[in-house]
Amino acid sequence: MVPLSWYLILSAILFCLGAFAFLLKRNIITIFMAIELMLNGVNLSFVAFANYWNQHSPAGELPALSGHVFVFFVMVVAAAEAAVGLAIIIAVFRARETLNVDRVNLLKL
Amino acid sequence: MVHQALFIFFGLICVAGAINLLVQRHPINSALSLVVVMASLSLIYLLLGAEFVAAIQVIVYAGAIMVLFVFVIMLLNAGAEERTRGSHVALTLGGPAVAVVAGLLTWIMVHSNPQLGAVAIGPSNFGETRLVARLLFREFLLPFEVTSVLILIAIMGAVVLGRKES
Repeated sequence: MVPLSWYLILSAILFCLGAFAFLLKRNIITIFMAIELMLNGVNLSFVAFANYWNQHSPAGELPALSGHVFVFFVMVVAAAEAAVGLAIIIAVFRARETLNVDRVNLLKL
Repeated sequence: MVHQALFIFFGLICVAGAINLLVQRHPINSALSLVVVMASLSLIYLLLGAEFVAAIQVIVYAGAIMVLFVFVIMLLNAGAEERTRGSHVALTLGGPAVAVVAGLLTWIMVHSNPQLGAVAIGPSNFGETRLVARLLFREFLLPFEVTSVLILIAIMGAVVLGRKES
């Protein structure tokens, strides 16, 4: 038996590391990866709560497996986001010849 | 006992991979450590009885999405990042702020530990694909169909953005 709070603490640590990487990193691709890390941290708490709810909830509530379905939707949105975001990164790189976000500070060239 | 040992082992691998993502300068190293994080997270999902989620974590996240990232890093020939003034501000201001948030969350979790209780290793038939699919195609049918539109729009957006302007 592992306390539920351990899973939530791991989830919080992953989310905060992702947030810190988002702030610290200057490479636009790495910033994008930090967002994926934050999404993964949230997914972990979804799955942990699904298992917890399966073992503790009274019958007739929302099915515990809906946590897994939410994770599925998060993954779909992450995949769509990665496709569009990486296309934007390629477009930015074509226009600026750099991946450093500090050099991409104007909308107009 | 075995459950706790496995959780701590994979959790430590997860955190180590996330810290390595933070520390590494070259984006390809960050991408590979993110793959490590995702793979060990999928093993933690297996501990929670979420078989379907663990499988799509490996196939979609560690497979498809990270291959896309590595492909773009290779395509753009990204080099090691340079530290600029903005990142020093982020280090001095953002670092303590994020540490405070993480500490506060951990403190809340540790204090609400007695009310929350514990989770056992998931039963083997809990997160199986059949049950997830039944839920997905009954209760969540409309959101599922909406995601197909979302994916279609994302594909069209990626094609339009990736096209060379003539």
